[in-house]
Amino acid sequence: MSDVAPKIATPGAADAGMNHSVGIVHPQTAIFTAPLALDCGRSLPSYTLVYETYGQLNAAGSNAVLICHALSGDHHAAGFNAETERKPGWWDSAIGPGKPIDTNRFFVVCLNNLGGCKGSTGPLSIDPATNKPYGPDFPIVTVRDWVSAQHRLMQYLGLARWVAVIGGSLGGMQVLQWSISYPDAIAHAVVIAAAPKLSAQNIAFNEVARQAIITDPEFHGGRYAEEGTLPRRGLMLARMLGHITYLSDDAMRAKFGRELRAGQVNYGFDVEFQVESYLRYQGTSFVDRFDANTYLLMTKALDYFDPAHEYGDDLSAALAPAQADFLVISFTSDWRFAPMRSREIVRALLAAGRRVSYAEIESNHGHDAFLMNIPYYHRVLAGYMANIDLTLEQSAGVL
Amino acid sequence: MIRPDWHIVEQWITPRSRVLDLGCGDGSLMAHLIDRRQVSAVGLELDDDQVAACIEAGLNVIQEDLDSGISDWFAPMSFDFVIVSQTIQAMRHPERLLADMLSIAREGIVTFPNMGYWRNRVQLGLLGHMPFNRALPNPWYNTPNIHLCTLTDFEALCDELGLEILDRAVVDSARRESALLRTFPNWFGEHAIYRIKRRV
Repeated sequence: MSDVAPKIATPGAADAGMNHSVGIVHPQTAIFTAPLALDCGRSLPSYTLVYETYGQLNAAGSNAVLICHALSGDHHAAGFNAETERKPGWWDSAIGPGKPIDTNRFFVVCLNNLGGCKGSTGPLSIDPATNKPYGPDFPIVTVRDWVSAQHRLMQYLGLARWVAVIGGSLGGMQVLQWSISYPDAIAHAVVIAAAPKLSAQNIAFNEVARQAIITDPEFHGGRYAEEGTLPRRGLMLARMLGHITYLSDDAMRAKFGRELRAGQVNYGFDVEFQVESYLRYQGTSFVDRFDANTYLLMTKALDYFDPAHEYGDDLSAALAPAQADFLVISFTSDWRFAPMRSREIVRALLAAGRRVSYAEIESNHGHDAFLMNIPYYHRVLAGYMANIDLTLEQSAGVL
Repeated sequence: MIRPDWHIVEQWITPRSRVLDLGCGDGSLMAHLIDRRQVSAVGLELDDDQVAACIEAGLNVIQEDLDSGISDWFAPMSFDFVIVSQTIQAMRHPERLLADMLSIAREGIVTFPNMGYWRNRVQLGLLGHMPFNRALPNPWYNTPNIHLCTLTDFEALCDELGLEILDRAVVDSARRESALLRTFPNWFGEHAIYRIKRRV
């Protein structure tokens, strides 16, 4: 979508344009002074959440949709923050006027989660107790903690509930948690390319990523900011590894094959294959926009997520409190969170007596497919969203 | 458009019951039953376009290949009725589905094109070619209908699987019911509709 000229003025306006962009959006800040108790036993005395909104809240307050971001995502899900910005928000393919999450119809909210590095309180923020950046001392946050914070944001925005909570990957886990933690505050749950908990293989990849960061000599036990340095190599390696798991073998073959940058092999260790160049680019550009301590926190939140654990590993028992209707979507070539994992969720929801639809999207883009404009995927998402009832009768019934 | 077997299916469904529609297509039978019988319904369907159509109609659908098994998805006896409408003849293992479906629902409703219908018999027996008509509209080399049967065949299979036939109806495509149909169902029934359950 980089061909979209960022020249549109009115954010979220119905006539925002033929290019279906929400246009220029400005992040907003919410400050919370009531302490937030966390799963790890510690609490945050106060914190800030940065968020963006697209579209207009209707008079009944019945059209609010929450978007939950994944590992390296943030609050900037759609549109452009500045006219000079070249790439739109991370899920601009799905959010905007006339798009599946239609901002002509819905009031869409997306925030940067706690522990993030894009403005919400996280390792880069100043710890009021020490007046120094939290760094490695920032408490470990869980998916449930994020959902608690998101619930406070919902109240801050004056909303009684979300008509839908939507997320892919780690974002999908937050959606599941919403349906369990606040069943009255979510009417529809859209869980995309997610899993009910990580597999040993998933955790293994996360651990390699963490080790890459932690063993970087510039990491300094997480206090690199105080040392005036950055664990660039470690974070870059972590991101390169992550990118391999986001793509499928087929997608890599199609995108890079064994194509050589210089047209011939040079019998050395410089970049020769296109795939090496791609991974190095992804790695180095990530270092400039992401914080290593945040990356560690996000991978831990993934590892710990397991709502069924407290219910004797019975996912349908964990989902028993849920009241929402569900749409679950998976992608055939996603091996990070394979369709099998989404099927576990669907089976548990059916056993818990929930209304659920499940679509398995044929795609060779791997895990990354959830961010792409795949016609069948977007038809399903748009079809589901279009059927969401915004009338007050329904809200009253659910509340 | 209402398919010929729907009005009979509708009569057999208890109001406000839980219904599973296997091979639900675009969901129009589910929509019909929700409208007429206020059921709660979920469908299984493999085809992308059909799944999308169900979701666009606000219906619940699970994208799945019926041949890969249904008992994985649903707990025993989690439905009152399971419907397989014009689908078993297209399955690799119709006998497995019939057995499985009655472990997840109290009653099953099965509809299929009757291979014993007189027109099919004439086309095969007298004219010497595979049936090709209104009810079986595909040429033999390109048809989803790989397991055709007659009323007699179906009833024999039910018996073998320990299934009891609670009701049987046959119709022609114009939904006519006549004395002829009732007397010689395996000759004049173009479509068969059965209500079955597990023998206790």
